[in-house]
Amino acid sequence: MRQANGGSHRVLRYIASRLVIAAAMVLLATLIIFLIANTVPGDPVLTQLGDIAANNPAIVEAYRHKWGLDLPMGERYWVFLRGLAHGDLGISISSQRPVIDDIAQYAPATIELSTVAFMLSLIFGLPLGVLAAMKRDSWIDHVARVLSLTGVSAPTFWLAFIMLAVFYGWLGWAPGPGQIGGDQFPPPVVTGFMLIDAPLAGQWATFRDALAHLVLPSIVLASATMGLITRTTRAAMLEALSQDYIRVARAKGLRRHAIMLRHALPNALLPVVTLGGLAYAQLLTGTVLTETIFSWPGLGRYTFQSAEILDFPAIMGVTLVVAIVYVIVNLLVDVSYALLDPRVMRR
Amino acid sequence: MSPPAFGAALTDAAAASLSATATASGTGRRRRWLRRYLLPAIGGAVIAAWLLAALLAPWITPYAPDTVNVAGRLAAPSLAHWLGTDELGRDVLTRIIYGARTSLTVGFSVVLIGSAAGTLVGAVAAYARGWAEEVLMRATDLMFCFPPIILAMAIAAALGIGTRNTVIAMLVVWWPKFARLARSLVLGQRSLEYVAAARTIGFPPSHILFRQILPNAVGPLVVLITLDLGNAILVFAGLSFLGLGVVPPTPEWGSMVSEGRELVSQWWVATFPGIAILTVVIGFNFVGDGLRDWLDPHARRR
Repeated sequence: MRQANGGSHRVLRYIASRLVIAAAMVLLATLIIFLIANTVPGDPVLTQLGDIAANNPAIVEAYRHKWGLDLPMGERYWVFLRGLAHGDLGISISSQRPVIDDIAQYAPATIELSTVAFMLSLIFGLPLGVLAAMKRDSWIDHVARVLSLTGVSAPTFWLAFIMLAVFYGWLGWAPGPGQIGGDQFPPPVVTGFMLIDAPLAGQWATFRDALAHLVLPSIVLASATMGLITRTTRAAMLEALSQDYIRVARAKGLRRHAIMLRHALPNALLPVVTLGGLAYAQLLTGTVLTETIFSWPGLGRYTFQSAEILDFPAIMGVTLVVAIVYVIVNLLVDVSYALLDPRVMRR
Repeated sequence: MSPPAFGAALTDAAAASLSATATASGTGRRRRWLRRYLLPAIGGAVIAAWLLAALLAPWITPYAPDTVNVAGRLAAPSLAHWLGTDELGRDVLTRIIYGARTSLTVGFSVVLIGSAAGTLVGAVAAYARGWAEEVLMRATDLMFCFPPIILAMAIAAALGIGTRNTVIAMLVVWWPKFARLARSLVLGQRSLEYVAAARTIGFPPSHILFRQILPNAVGPLVVLITLDLGNAILVFAGLSFLGLGVVPPTPEWGSMVSEGRELVSQWWVATFPGIAILTVVIGFNFVGDGLRDWLDPHARRR
């Protein structure tokens, strides 16, 4: 009893310490983003105003004043932080709306896409990695290796072009870019997720159409992640198989499959959890290229469009939100790691 | 080419090269040979070919990379233009070969400078311990909060478009992983006897760190550098595709794909530059993967 209490106490203290570190990280991240956005030579005023307006000092001055660009740096950071505390990320220069509203509008499409892509890469990557490790040096291992290295090496934007050209342009099997076809009405926004809102509104045709539109972008997005997961699973399985307890299990005369699946796999999953968490966070943010090509109305495309015209409130907002997601995912990975392997906390 | 066909082609190539070497015998040894050397050898050959092409570009290309020929625009692949021409009638093959110069230069500069900086930070942190380690590694952790491509995009957009600025943006996000790896490697070495011996002899810390410890820890760093070269080329091509890489007339693979992305029936404009990226990145990944297996004691034992 006492020991169990001590154990849970230690877990709580570990989680608390990770939380403090995470909070500090987020605060520092805001500072870095603020510094990048405010010390670089690019001038948002000149990109936003036309040439004629930019040559008129009075307009430029009024514009700078409106967006607080004429305040001293320290004060601007303070204003930025105070706003953050109220969930205010500023107003996007290009859309003229609060950045937080823009993000809330575009995030669901990205979450939907990257979740489907992540599930795809797990469904194919995990078994392939386990198989490759079990049948090491067989043809399946070589195919898995070449497949995953190719997946990691293919440029996303090029793969997207090829997929669209072949399956949409040439064969006509898949729908074109976008989240739903032009003949479909978007369902009323409840959650923002197309795959949830459409059935809620009873629009099953829209639901099917949205699913069909998900196929190509999610395959493109999953290709690299699948390769990573396959490689990591294989390496982790081989590592687990070389441990003493496997030799013991073999000596006990356990069947090969029992050894693999009940003894080796659970231990091999540890590094896969770490990588999986990070890969998911990367997917959420790595959608920039895929979304741009597939005209996917998500955060990635929004980020790109904002970066193109130096819409700093928007860029800062997205980068910050993404940094927070990263920190949270890291926190979850650390905690799940600690729960799976109590030795971690002793370090 | 679909990946399974690619795999089959590899096996055929292996069989062919194996029958040439009469000394190899027994399927076990053949398989080990296959695993250890075939993919890295292919990768190495591909990289060597690209390096050579980049180096000799002016002498092996039939056209100049920026010669506009509006009359011959969007010509399909032919004997005169092996890979066709783009929207301005420029020879796609010529531009791909010149593009190798940009991609390889950027890849090597980002990874070499980034790994040097990261290794320095990580190695010093691990050797110094105490508050210096705390500060350096917290800074490294902080950089990990940012998704590389978004941060690089923000920086590249802010600095202005151009190869040098994009390299700077990539460097900002590149060093942390090397700092983490170098730290763990140096931590692993510093408690070993030879370090204690070097200290007893009275070598200065910088000598111990750079002349004794780092050479012993260099293997995993080399693996990461090799794998990362492909990665850097991929990220740069991506940024270029988004218009944040090179200034337009410069031939660059990512921006070439971008120029051809609307031209589905003139598929050659976007397809071939993409294949160029794919092959060079696969090359580095094959070599890096082979190096990793070779350096991994578990894999070597068997």
